[in-house]
Amino acid sequence: MNVATHVPVPHRAAPDWLWYLGVPAAGVALYLLYGQLVPIAEWVTSLFPVARDSHTGEAIAFFVYDVPKVLLLLTGIVFVTGVLRSWFSPEKTRAILAGKREIWGYPLASLLGVLTPFCSCSSVPLFIGFVSAGIPLGVTFSFLIAGPMVGPVGLGLLYGLVGWEIATIYLVFGFTIATVAGFVLGRMGLERYLQDWVRELNAGPVGDLPEERLTLVDRLKVGLDQVREIVGKVWIWVLVGIGIGAAIHGYVPEAMMLRIMGGDAWWSVPAAVVVGVPMYTNAAGVIPIVEALLGKGAALGTTLAFMMSVIALSLPEMIILKQVLTLRLIAIFIAVVSAGILATGFLFNAIL
Amino acid sequence: MKTVKVYGPGCKRCAATETMIRDAAARLGLDVAVEKVTDAKSIAMAGVISTPGIAVDGKLVHAGGLPDAAKLDGWLQA
Repeated sequence: MNVATHVPVPHRAAPDWLWYLGVPAAGVALYLLYGQLVPIAEWVTSLFPVARDSHTGEAIAFFVYDVPKVLLLLTGIVFVTGVLRSWFSPEKTRAILAGKREIWGYPLASLLGVLTPFCSCSSVPLFIGFVSAGIPLGVTFSFLIAGPMVGPVGLGLLYGLVGWEIATIYLVFGFTIATVAGFVLGRMGLERYLQDWVRELNAGPVGDLPEERLTLVDRLKVGLDQVREIVGKVWIWVLVGIGIGAAIHGYVPEAMMLRIMGGDAWWSVPAAVVVGVPMYTNAAGVIPIVEALLGKGAALGTTLAFMMSVIALSLPEMIILKQVLTLRLIAIFIAVVSAGILATGFLFNAIL
Repeated sequence: MKTVKVYGPGCKRCAATETMIRDAAARLGLDVAVEKVTDAKSIAMAGVISTPGIAVDGKLVHAGGLPDAAKLDGWLQA
């Protein structure tokens, strides 16, 4: 990926009018292209020397249709999210949360977790910054859970690949889990399980940065930077995820899927969580797998549980958080969030 | 001589920020000591919650994302 190598961007960049014209034009072009993906994908599939209705033909068709579709959706979502998030920052979020009554803090923290731009590499300073500013531990957890759990990339791809009904269910339940899990963790009085140095840390001085005034063009640039960085980083996960999705779509018999991930097997939900937690990918990589699983008749509750545990609980993030949380606290954190995910999975398997 | 601190746990953008500062200093012919702060505790103590953060002579001037090149020149020259 090319974010690391600092490319000296020509300073006299494009004039403003080019942005005002170019961004809508690019949007329309991508939208038109998006509408033509089915014929394009069918044509590309027909170039392969396999029967369209064979296992391999089905898998190829899934792959060549989903790759451009996911990449186009991803580009659009990341751009729009990048622009919208330019109105938010961890500093502002901290100021908002530090002044709130605790009970409103949880849902607000979940909401801000979705809207605030932050990369997982800065979760440690962010965590300390929040806690030392007097934001309750539980509220901080709500923020940290909601960020990945109900991220716009996951929601947008779910909407585009699976449909708005399931995207909405996911949004509502993801948000609820983040809020309730934060609340439960807050009630448990876990401050004593922070690493010693975090507890002893006196509130660091709040960095007082001058408010940055961004023009609309600046915000559009932020969006484009985000596209470059995120699409440049996750495309490989997308290809792997779609590859797995294509294999499931083409080769896994429905009967077998029903036996393993059907709603009748009670153990399928916990099994999905156990498999999902250590899996490390991002939303863009897992949604194509979800699409294929649901298409083959996997139960919704089981699939939701799998998706949530892959996206919301990741081992690398736990390892990062190990710097500030004791193992015991990490275990409690995982247990509480998993409980919420399990409840969601069982609920949907029971009612559908 | 200015002392510039880059606060970041070692993500790619933090490294890119450091390179930007060194390049800018060289281009402007300024004598600048660049120091990377990667320890989470020190980052938090400096009041940085979004990385990379930049402090010039002890004063925090930037937090979160790559700095704007023109602004960076300004901080170094101030």
